[in-house]
This record gives sequence, structure tokens and C-alpha cells, in this order.
Amino acid sequence: MRRAKLIGATLLAIAAGGVGYAVAWAEAEPAHPLKVIKVSAKRFVFTPNTLTLKKGETVDIELSSEDVPMGFNVPDLASRADVLPGTTTHLRLTPQKVGTLVFLCDIFCGSGHEDMSGVITVVE
Amino acid sequence: MKNNIDRRQFMRLAGMGGVVFASGLSGFNPARALGGTTGSDGSAQGSDFFFVQLSDTHWGFSGPAINPDAQGTLRKAIAEVNALSDQPDFVVFTGDLTQTTDDPSERRRRLAEFKEIVKDLRVKTVRYMPGEHDAALDRGAAYKEFFGQTHYTFDYEGVHFIVLDNVSDPAAALGDEQLTWLAQDLSQQDRLQRIVVFTHRPLFDLAPTWDWATRDGARAIDLLMPFPHVTVFYGHIHQEHHHLTGHIAHHAAKGLMFALPAPLSVPKKAPLPWDAAAPYKGLGFREIEQDGHSNPITELPISATRTALL
Ligand SMILES: [Cu+2]
Ligand SMILES: [Fe+2]
Repeated sequence: MRRAKLIGATLLAIAAGGVGYAVAWAEAEPAHPLKVIKVSAKRFVFTPNTLTLKKGETVDIELSSEDVPMGFNVPDLASRADVLPGTTTHLRLTPQKVGTLVFLCDIFCGSGHEDMSGVITVVE
Repeated sequence: MKNNIDRRQFMRLAGMGGVVFASGLSGFNPARALGGTTGSDGSAQGSDFFFVQLSDTHWGFSGPAINPDAQGTLRKAIAEVNALSDQPDFVVFTGDLTQTTDDPSERRRRLAEFKEIVKDLRVKTVRYMPGEHDAALDRGAAYKEFFGQTHYTFDYEGVHFIVLDNVSDPAAALGDEQLTWLAQDLSQQDRLQRIVVFTHRPLFDLAPTWDWATRDGARAIDLLMPFPHVTVFYGHIHQEHHHLTGHIAHHAAKGLMFALPAPLSVPKKAPLPWDAAAPYKGLGFREIEQDGHSNPITELPISATRTALL
């Protein structure tokens, strides 16, 4: 069951084509477990919509949608993942520069879609 | 960055008298004067003509601080086109005909009203394509009921026009199927064929954090790259913008409901407020000439004094 789910997640990540790898996170737990940040999406907001990450530190963004299919895209990290209702998607991010990064929903989800975005602040 | 010199040169040309010499970069063709014959470089030559591009009319939008004449701007634009002393050979609308709505019947109502209003154009050949506001919530279903296919080609006076749909897929992609179709279409074209592409979103990464990009647009550009005479006209960004990918020029048009800020010039993209001192500022349409291998562009404003009475 677990295995089937992982394969599904792998296919999803490949289909998404981004640097976002939702793979192997459960199989090979790193020595220091990754910090997990939950982000949930619903028309037309991300909660939370501001994230603070540390430069050079990998975090696992756990994504879920409360209603319709969404996307979570951080163009400046070339990372994205589909965010589907009824399941969670994991996207690992490792920002390498201090500053602010925009993330946005990149699956057109309705009349407020264009305002559906957030900011990642990357600190030392 | 390797485009810098080309681009600077290009922008200098673009600054001259409001007329842009677009793919003039790909070389002036003296054979054009012959009209309707075969050019000295072997490419089929039609006679010169011009068309008008209108974009992002967002019918159904409301926001008095942004456009207090939301009901009148499209009609004014049509009156402007009808008042041109030389009438264009055709008119093209490059998407976002309507403002998006979550209600499918309201979407159809807006598309129907838009269609009714543009019937007033004196020019009877009008080409359409959807924007994401028209098509992304139902993969183009309602749009197709009113305007037919969302991607297609047509030929006019020796120019091959290709309309690409990067909006019906809610992920802002052209998709494998359409890219295969494009490759197939291009495989039948002579290398020297003059090609004009119409699409809604930029095919290149103008500002991905503002959704000003097409996820797989680079694949379309790669397919077009072998052709020396390609020009792309698009909308979506509600302002004039010119960019080169290699030798291919991409020209964004102004919108006809509200203007948007320059790419990444503000932290968050939002419509520019109406300027009572300069009504319709930032809105407009353009004439595009087909002049040999070049496409000189003339940008035209909406004048506050033009009545929409036809
Ligand atoms: Cu658009
Ligand atoms: Fe638009």
C-alpha cells in the first residue's frame, strides 16, 4: 500500500517536471529529519502565505488542497508541485540566497487565482 | 543575456516615432515590391497589407477605480478601428475577451455579449483566441461554443499565421498534443515562409512569478527557431513590450480594460488605477503592417472624445 503510494508520488513528481522531488522522503530518512512545513491551499489563498526559511537548509513543504487542484510554484528556485485535494504532496526546497522569493498557484483555479501567491523570506 | 546588443539596437529602433520596425531585423526584402510573386530569396510573396490587433478586452470586468468606463471601452475601441481611414484586412483579438467568472452560465453570457458587440466592426474578417480568463476554468468549452477552435492556422497573402493556445490548460501549457500539431504544421512549411504567431501568454519567460510565461513555451520557440522569418504577437500583460529570443521578435499589446505595471516593477502585480487626468491611458490597440519580411507596428490610443456611436 505504502509502496504503491510512493510510486504514485514519484510519477506525479516526474509528471510535474519540476525540480520538486516528492520522492524517497519516507524511504531514506535523513540523519536529521527535515523540517516539515505544512502549507494548505484553498481558493484563493495559501495558509500560511508567508514562510521563513534558512539559507542552505532543506525543508520539506507538505502541500494539500482543501478544494480544487492547485499548483505551488517557486519560479526562482525552479521548483513546483501539483497540489491535489485528498492527498499530500511533498516538495523539498533549499534556498541558497538570502532575500525574498515569491510562490504562486500556477494552476488556474478561479476568479481569485491571480492573487493567489505568497512570499518566502530567506534568512541567514 | 546574449541578446543584449540585439535588444538595445532593437529598442532604439522601437523608439522612433511610435512605429516599431519589428522583424525588419531579419532583412529587408526588395522583392516585396513585386507583390504576389516569388521573392528573390525563393519565398512566396504576397502583397503588403495590414491588420489590427486588439487584446485583453476583459468584458464583464468591474472596478470603477480601475476603469469607470468598463461598459464603454470595448465599444470605443471598435469605433476607433471603424474610423481608420484605411480599413485593415483583418482584426485579431489575442485573448482575455472576457473577465473570468466561476459561473459557467455567466461566462457564456459574457462571451455572447462580447461577440454581439464586436459585430459592429466594419471589418468582417475577425480572428479570435482565448485567454486564460475565457478558457482556463473549463478547458475552453464555453469559448469553443462561440468562437470555435482555440488553436489553428490560416494563410493570407503569402503569410502563414499560427494561433497557439497556452491558456485552455489551467497549467498554462501548450501541451504535447498541440506541440506535435505545431511541429507537423511547420514540417510542411518552406524554411523561408513568413510566419506570424498569435498567442495569449508570452512564449518566453517574461516574469514567471507574475504568470507571465508559458510552461512549455520554450518548446514552441525551439520548433520555430529554424525559420528565419517569424514574429510573435501576444497579449496577457496589458502593455506594450518587445523582446527577442534569438531572431524571433515577441510583441505584447496593450489591453482594452486596464493597464498592468511593467514586469516585476512592483512587489505585487495589480491593475493600474484609472488616471482621471488622462482617461484610457495605457489602453490601446495597434496596426501591424506586413511589409516584406518586416512587421512595422503603429500603436494607437483610445481617445476620450471618440463617441462609440457607430
Ligand atoms: Cu491573460
Ligand atoms: Fe488579460
